[in-house]
Amino acid sequence: MIPAAFEYYRPKDMASVLSLLEEHGDDARVMAGGHSLIPMMKLRMADVPHLIDLQDIDGLSEIEIGADTIKIGAMVTQMDLISHEGLADAAPILRETALQIADPQVRYMGTVGGNVANGDPGNDMPGLMQCLDATMSVIGPDGARDILAREFYEAAYMTAREDDEVLTSVTIPRPKGGHAYEKQKRKIGDYATAAAAVQIVKENGVCTSASIAMTNLSDIPIHSPDAEAALVGTAVDDAAIKAAMQAMLGDIDPNEDNRGPVAFKNHVAGVILRRAIERAWSRA
Amino acid sequence: MSNKMHIKFTVNGKVEEFLAEPRELLIYTLRERLNITGPHIGCETSHCGACSVTIDGKSVKACTMFAVQADGADITTIEGIGGPDDLHPLQNAFKEHHGLQCGYCTPGMITRATKLLEENPNPTEEEIRFGMAGNICRCTGYQNIIKAIQHAAAEMNAAKEAAE
Repeated sequence: MIPAAFEYYRPKDMASVLSLLEEHGDDARVMAGGHSLIPMMKLRMADVPHLIDLQDIDGLSEIEIGADTIKIGAMVTQMDLISHEGLADAAPILRETALQIADPQVRYMGTVGGNVANGDPGNDMPGLMQCLDATMSVIGPDGARDILAREFYEAAYMTAREDDEVLTSVTIPRPKGGHAYEKQKRKIGDYATAAAAVQIVKENGVCTSASIAMTNLSDIPIHSPDAEAALVGTAVDDAAIKAAMQAMLGDIDPNEDNRGPVAFKNHVAGVILRRAIERAWSRA
Repeated sequence: MSNKMHIKFTVNGKVEEFLAEPRELLIYTLRERLNITGPHIGCETSHCGACSVTIDGKSVKACTMFAVQADGADITTIEGIGGPDDLHPLQNAFKEHHGLQCGYCTPGMITRATKLLEENPNPTEEEIRFGMAGNICRCTGYQNIIKAIQHAAAEMNAAKEAAE
């Protein structure tokens, strides 16, 4: 499992990264933790003649918790999310999700930026970021720009980030209410058969807002406003949960693979969403 | 062929310096270039954890990192944790509590476990199972591995208390 030969760069600043991207175009890729890209290079499914390692770029590893928003640098690792004390209070769903990604060794290396920018339908952070209504910040030759997570994913491995742009951070509004990230996987290290990210606000026993997104049930993460609408204004009783499940099933489009046929995936998606809603509601 | 790069890092306290192609995976550098054969190649697909090493305080699968990425880093392998004449408490506990059968996964298991106990000196069984989930053993059924780590933790905590 030896990758094809490539040139390696470890620039010290973002300007150098951008100029390498400009110089080499499609032949260059940036790498954060490398735990999606390196396996693909070893399988020779990714051909990267010019590999740009971001580990020496300053300012990409910070977690900033503000009054209204939380900004997470692209090079923040899953382990950083898990061990950050302030984050466990401010946005516990981040920790709950990160703990369900891969295994400990992978979580030390795997980053938020890599997970969201890669565009792999199996990654957990894209659905989570859609649930949290995150904004992705990218920088390119024409400067910096922001893209909503809910508009970021176009197809498997295709995102709104241009090839000459680098994702630098993800910013989320501080989540409100109860949360849950529920994931069904066959074993540690596997991608989800189905996963659901849910954030719910409860006032006087009634759901006043809900946010729902699903992972690995289409070639992009699925944010489901119809499932959210099915919960808002209800006491999140069985009928409301069933309506949300039904609405969600209308939005996803799973493929048959080694995790099961389409009917099974639809079934698991419903079960997982129900569990996530119930858990989030119990914490709201 | 791409250009070879100059790489320098520390392994088990010793500075190593060499020229290598960027595509050289760290596990091959350790095993074939530096003859540090404790870290094993099990699956070579970042699943099994037999190649686990510690790099700048992180447990890492050496099959999923290029040597050039570790330029400037501080690396510890099982060889730097203990040897036949000075077994680490974890090595001793794996021996005493039969935490291995064929032994192939053991260097990665113990290397990972040193980091686990460093971060959580008093883990519950569940925390050990979760913290060791990146290391696969196909012999033991894990029972004695858990037991060994629990005993090593108790021994290390007792030694630490005695020293204080």
